[in-house]
Amino acid sequence: MEGSRLAQEFTKVQELIYELKIAQVMTRDVITVSPATPLREVKEILRTRRISGLPVVRDHELVGIVSIEDIIKALESDAMDATVGEKMTPNPVTLIADESVVQAVNMFSRYTYGRFPVVDRSGALVGIITAGDITRGLLKAIELDYRQDEISRYRASHIFEDIPSDRTTLVLRYEIKARDFARGGEASSRIKKALTRLNVPPKIVRRVAIATYEAEMNIIIHADVGGYLVADIWPERIRLRAVDTGPGIPDIEQAMQPGFSTAPAWIRELGFGAGMGLVNIKHCADEMILESQAGRGTNLEVNFYLQPDARSGRAEERQGGRSG
Amino acid sequence: MKLREILPLIEGELLSGNANLDLEVEMGCGADLMSDVLAFTHAGTLLVTGLTNPQVVRTAEMAEIAAIVFVRGKRPPEETIALAEEKGIPLLFSPHTMFEVCGRLYQAGMHGCGRFDL
Repeated sequence: MEGSRLAQEFTKVQELIYELKIAQVMTRDVITVSPATPLREVKEILRTRRISGLPVVRDHELVGIVSIEDIIKALESDAMDATVGEKMTPNPVTLIADESVVQAVNMFSRYTYGRFPVVDRSGALVGIITAGDITRGLLKAIELDYRQDEISRYRASHIFEDIPSDRTTLVLRYEIKARDFARGGEASSRIKKALTRLNVPPKIVRRVAIATYEAEMNIIIHADVGGYLVADIWPERIRLRAVDTGPGIPDIEQAMQPGFSTAPAWIRELGFGAGMGLVNIKHCADEMILESQAGRGTNLEVNFYLQPDARSGRAEERQGGRSG
Repeated sequence: MKLREILPLIEGELLSGNANLDLEVEMGCGADLMSDVLAFTHAGTLLVTGLTNPQVVRTAEMAEIAAIVFVRGKRPPEETIALAEEKGIPLLFSPHTMFEVCGRLYQAGMHGCGRFDL
């Protein structure tokens, strides 16, 4: 668990490097100097402000960068009476404010500079960025992300303790339109998100999501009048029901055969209707009850047990080798 | 294997924005049937497919597929890319066939998802 937690955190940092914009982590209040500024003055600014470099601006235009290295060189060669214009690095490499932080990371690894001036799309100086700014920005973003995540997770996962009753049930209902292939999976996506927020273990979330999605697609493909999905959630169990008043299944045993399908050709072309849906739902579930009558509709109930002791049913069935 | 290592192997290109090319994928699955993807993969799998409709991304979301490679030179429609970006699933493209892409990845050390008894 430690390892996977670490891997998750690491992936998060990588994601943030791509998500965060340079403008979000850079220092905005930039102190600038002009080419005519004496180096002595620069030395004082760097010392009192505890910074290591300054952009050089002439008539609002970025013309160079002067750093603590330039000051050291000037001290060594006794040239502290020189002006910034004489000792600065001209035409500095810049970064653009609305680019992702990964650009800055790449620049720091490509060049040996300690800082890059940041400009907007019109070329105007808007900030400065150091490796320290990136580290601080990332830490802040991780903390924020973590806190928001924890808060929403805590709130949702404690719903059963926070609301006192003899038995609390959380009921999520989603209407499914017939033939609405383009929106197929939206209900499943929302159920998956809800379960994650409720702190359901990830492996169970994946099983429920796959079963829900298969059931949702079945309604979209087969039930000419649509139907609905209901997820009933208790602390120890999730019950998923997929109900429609469509054409029904005349022969359930046949429908449970892997590869048996009545889906039309256009659905098959879209990658569905291969006759694996019900088989897969049963595989994901701890328990599956399928009731259907030709012309009357279909009622599918699938149970997932969240407590280890309530799961024995699934294990036994697996060991017995019975499958749909 | 990282996505950035996969791209040159399949002579591929990245189709979605803001993707993390350092993402590690351990195993792959080649399929045009989405039910097969739902039944025969593990979380974190790389999906190689010739289908490009948005349901491929939905399937990937449910099955927790790490990234998708579209093969045979097929480019997905805008809505597929938009959904993938929303869900944070990187989309890759290869001009080669499914067999060729799977073969190159396998040869480079990527494995399948193992056997499943349904």
